[in-house]
Amino acid sequence: MAGLPIEAIERLFRQEYGRSVAVLVRLCGSIDAAEEAVQDAFAEAIQRWPSTGLPPSPVGWIIKTARNRAIDRLRREAARDDRHAAAMTLLEQDESQEANVVRDDRLLLIFTCCHPALARGAQVALTLRLLGGLTTAQIARAFLLPETTLAQRIVRAKAKIRDAGIPYRVPQEQELPARLRGVLAVVYLIFNEGYMATGGDQAIRGELCDEAIRLGRVLVALMPEEPEVQGLLALMLLIDARRSARLGPDGELVLLSQQNRSLWDQRLLAEGQLLLDRCVQRNQPGPYQLQAAIHSVHNSAPGPEAVNWRQILNLYDHLLLLQPTPVVALNRAVALAEVEGPAAALAAVDRLELQTFYLFHAIRADLLRRLDRREEAVAAYERAIARSENAKEREFLLRRCQSLETP
Amino acid sequence: MKHYLLSVCYPAGGKPPSPEALEKITRDINVVHRELKAAGGWVFAGGLHPGSSATVVRYQEGETLTTDGPFAEGKEYLGGICILRAPDLDAALQWAGKFAKATTVAIEVRPFQDEAHR
Repeated sequence: MAGLPIEAIERLFRQEYGRSVAVLVRLCGSIDAAEEAVQDAFAEAIQRWPSTGLPPSPVGWIIKTARNRAIDRLRREAARDDRHAAAMTLLEQDESQEANVVRDDRLLLIFTCCHPALARGAQVALTLRLLGGLTTAQIARAFLLPETTLAQRIVRAKAKIRDAGIPYRVPQEQELPARLRGVLAVVYLIFNEGYMATGGDQAIRGELCDEAIRLGRVLVALMPEEPEVQGLLALMLLIDARRSARLGPDGELVLLSQQNRSLWDQRLLAEGQLLLDRCVQRNQPGPYQLQAAIHSVHNSAPGPEAVNWRQILNLYDHLLLLQPTPVVALNRAVALAEVEGPAAALAAVDRLELQTFYLFHAIRADLLRRLDRREEAVAAYERAIARSENAKEREFLLRRCQSLETP
Repeated sequence: MKHYLLSVCYPAGGKPPSPEALEKITRDINVVHRELKAAGGWVFAGGLHPGSSATVVRYQEGETLTTDGPFAEGKEYLGGICILRAPDLDAALQWAGKFAKATTVAIEVRPFQDEAHR
């Protein structure tokens, strides 16, 4: 069956780029050399596969071809430089790679990309570039940054990995919990940036959500024993399932309580719930599992009036113990308003030091509105609007605010 | 093996530790030094006198110019250094963690350029 469409190869590139680069980094000991070799291999695939069709193991073919390209390149450079000769010996020794069993080194790569010695922005950019196979231009667009800024960030991060000797391996057992938290934070940050874009005029940037979920799936496959890894994927699925109900006909944001539940993606909900059920059985609760459980309570209610807020409040209490941050306390206050009323919630909110956070003012505004303290509510909405960087969010807050001013 | 420079960063204008505290700090630093020597990572380490003891030398238009230091007044000053050998950054960061605990201040870790130590 000849005539493999280019799109199929492009899809394969996105799917297998990270895995191929990960193996090649281990073989070459250099990220740049690995990327170059893998790109060479895909260029060759685009020439070859449309007429020959896919090889039995496309990723195996890509890795083998990339390895050969890396050797070719080093051989040319080895004549001039002893160091390249040494690297080549390393590459040639790896003949042992069996043709059909392709090692998956992505876990090594993700721990390197998310190393705490790199700035968070660099961690995110490197993870999307190397594991997600996104181009610099795509990442720059998704984060509303100039492409040159992003390209520079990636170049600097790669230079630091090389010069500072950031290792290429899964951290040792005693470091693993902290380092894993860093990796999960990067993936969740990518998801959140997609789900609630901090800037720009689009409320949701779906490609970032998709990418974060894809990374989450990879992590679950690579670390099946870590409940928080499963918890994070469950959390992202349970939130993402509501994606199409979250925007109204004009792209405006719709509150959870007003969403058309028939638009929720039942397949994602079921998958997220199954994951959550499985990881809570291990009885090692963590922040991601608890947040997933909170979303699960929302999702499992037959309607917005039947949400078990008492249960949600209990989950937030537990979360606050593990993560005593003002943002968690703020979210807890929303549940508190449903259980004990808006006055109790407002008292809790007013104790928080979150004046620069738009959501703090938006939640205060809503509580004040429910307490019929109109003027204060309008002032709080205005403060929220001034602090939100997303146009859709500002429109939403403005509508809420205007509904107060014109009774 | 790579070489790393660990710099002990004292915040400028911070209160100097009491004699008793300083004694404990010195003791703790010596423990880390011994450990580093035993692990084969030791190259050099030492504490520095304050910046007021520094002298700056420049070469300008064929002449050396000597002035009272320090070179720059910063938010922190260098209290001491340690040069060590480690297989990778993670290993160097572990030593830095021990020094941070012993000195009670921040430690900056920087890799040396490779070629000089090959």
